[in-house]
Amino acid sequence: MNSTKANTPARPQQKVAPDSERRLLQIKDTRVWYTTVAGEAKVVDGVNVTINRNEVFGLAGESGCGKSTLVEGVLRLIKSPGYIKSGQALFTYPKDGNAGETTVNLFELGLGEIRPLRWQHIAYVPQGAMNSLNPVMRISDQITDAILEHGNSTKADATKNMLHRLEMVGLPPSVARMYPHELSGGMKQRVTIAAAVTLRPELLIADEPTTALDVNVQRVILQELLDIRKELNLTIVYVSHDMAVHAELADRLGIMYAGAMMEVGTTSQIFKDPLHPYTQGLIRSIPDISKERVRVEGIPGLAPSPLAWPTGCRFHPRCQFAKDVCRRVEPLLTETKPGRQVACHIYTDAWNEKSPGGTVQ
Amino acid sequence: MSTLSDQSVPVLQARNVTKEFATSGSALRRGHIAAVDQVSLSLYDRPPQIVSLVGESGSGKTTLSRMLLGLTPPTSGEVLYHGKNIFELNREEFRNYRINVQPVFQDPYGIYNPFYRIERVLQLVIDNFKLAKSRSQAHDMIEEALRAVDLRPNDVIGRYPHQLSGGERQRVMLARLYLLKPKIIIADEPVSMIDVAVRTLFLNILLDFRDKYNISTLFITHNLSTAHYLGGQIMVLCFGRVVESGDIDQVIQRPSHPYTQQLLAAVPSIDPDNRWTTKANLESIERPLTHEAGKCVFVSRCPYAMPICSQQRPPDFTIRENQHSACFFSEKIAVEAAAASEVR
Ligand SMILES: Nc1ncnc2c1ncn2[C@@H]1O[C@H](COP(=O)(O)OP(=O)(O)OP(=O)(O)O)[C@@H](O)[C@H]1O
Ligand code: SF4
Ligand SMILES: [Mg+2]
Repeated sequence: MNSTKANTPARPQQKVAPDSERRLLQIKDTRVWYTTVAGEAKVVDGVNVTINRNEVFGLAGESGCGKSTLVEGVLRLIKSPGYIKSGQALFTYPKDGNAGETTVNLFELGLGEIRPLRWQHIAYVPQGAMNSLNPVMRISDQITDAILEHGNSTKADATKNMLHRLEMVGLPPSVARMYPHELSGGMKQRVTIAAAVTLRPELLIADEPTTALDVNVQRVILQELLDIRKELNLTIVYVSHDMAVHAELADRLGIMYAGAMMEVGTTSQIFKDPLHPYTQGLIRSIPDISKERVRVEGIPGLAPSPLAWPTGCRFHPRCQFAKDVCRRVEPLLTETKPGRQVACHIYTDAWNEKSPGGTVQ
Repeated sequence: MSTLSDQSVPVLQARNVTKEFATSGSALRRGHIAAVDQVSLSLYDRPPQIVSLVGESGSGKTTLSRMLLGLTPPTSGEVLYHGKNIFELNREEFRNYRINVQPVFQDPYGIYNPFYRIERVLQLVIDNFKLAKSRSQAHDMIEEALRAVDLRPNDVIGRYPHQLSGGERQRVMLARLYLLKPKIIIADEPVSMIDVAVRTLFLNILLDFRDKYNISTLFITHNLSTAHYLGGQIMVLCFGRVVESGDIDQVIQRPSHPYTQQLLAAVPSIDPDNRWTTKANLESIERPLTHEAGKCVFVSRCPYAMPICSQQRPPDFTIRENQHSACFFSEKIAVEAAAASEVR
């Protein structure tokens, strides 16, 4: 697992590329809403985050905070009554081989333009993907069909490619001839990962790929994801509520709460020096099996509803530090130092001023 | 009940219970598979205790809990309430058992009637067991119970089940138990309760129930970290058999069964500076386990396996006081584990 760190500097030592060159996907002020009888459900409501090349970016946050909706939005998979209310998702990729790179706003593409991007440049393993393999199709056909449909290769090449991908996720060639019901959950999940990366995409977005699996199998899959990343030079967005998995896998983490990004930092910063009171509560709540037993308190209160996020800071009803300003003004995600961002009034100059306030927006 | 006051008799006990199911599959291979294979366990209420039953999917955890709850009879062996087979209890004793051994199901959504407000499950308990003398007393009791499980009565009362999250519905079930004050809770770790912050609240309530109201819990989970957090006793279930049991701290510090070792090694560390450095052996992890009477269940995946493991079912070895392991080489493995934990 050390490979995560060992990987990146393996190339000749260069100066760190300027930010603009490291960016692969820039998500700006993105909102994904649903129309319901009770009003607009603002499930994703103003997310800002940048994914850099070759990193494993962990997207964390409790159930229902909008993680899946965010990535579905980025992939343009939101179906009515959901819609992208506003924002940008700027994706930079090599168009037509190596003839330079181009940046597109995924939200502005027509569906005909986004579809080819999805397999070739952005791979996606949706939550629960392993249960949606076609039960009456052999594994080999499920993978080669995708290759043939989205790429331009011959049947023979597709078969070779398929077998190589299976090998990459540690599956023997015999699996190709099998049907989904003949495979264990872990094997099925590895098939979905293998299928997702057949066309050598730049980005893989995997949503809770190990959540339903046993810990032994989870460990194997995480290992394999890192191997694939190395071999294919992939960037991975790993979506999970499970902070322990992020601790093993992610280079950087984004913590979502109530449809917004609350904090971004390196995995080590988030675990050792969490800034946002929500992140602090989250980290505090993780039991540590390697340490003496201590009672921890969790985060009291209820997760808010996307139909009516709290005013001001969305976390204020559960926050022990909340002041008047927190109830009135929404704190913006702000950089505290390069690469480190938090959305909380505590880290603004206004916090210690006599009359808490600031301007109401 | 004659033995009701005898504290040396467990409140609830499984004695050598086995549950077999007919297997599907080709006519040739069809047979019986023991989902639970000769499992024994005891739950006491004085002092109250927490026992965690840890196992991966398909290990038989839920089947065992269903037998303890009397929802399905064992194929052989028996479940005893205060020393008496639960299927031989008289009316009064059975009622007593029903009150004192209470389940918390994985997703309690199905238990709620979607058309009734959430507080009705609490009202029903109060009515059925005549816990309150007046409506206002009942109301106070409901509020108290909700607060005992970290819910704000104002947030919950008047809502319908679908308006609460899985974790909240779960806690309302605990509020119900708070009113009933059973001796034993059998809690299947809810899949819906996946958030750490919410899970911690839930586990703390079980700890409070033990410390304040002498309620014991059998906690069923696939998560070793959760079991460690609760403390007490652990039983590790592998393919229907208990392979290791004992004091949880001892078991985690010095696992003496190869399966427990493997499970522990796969628990992600929450320290990003202490990531896995070795690779798990993929091939052995996925080799199918075979359940045959005269064999160790773990033999196909076991790095220590010797011929004897395929010739005989390993008996329970006592490793030290309060730690048992069903492995022929458990002594040796425990010594190695202890040495390895020094290094860590
Ligand atoms: N059609 C819909 N109308 C209204 N709300 C919806 C709709 N579909 C989803 N939601 C809401 O979106 C939220 C779920 O967001 P999402 O699935 O993105 O969360 P998540 O962070 O991925 O959660 P998990 O960890 O459970 O996967 C929930 O509050 C859900 O009620
Ligand atoms: S902005 Fe205020 S309420 Fe929100 S997290 Fe920071 S201190 Fe708490
Ligand atoms: Mg999700």
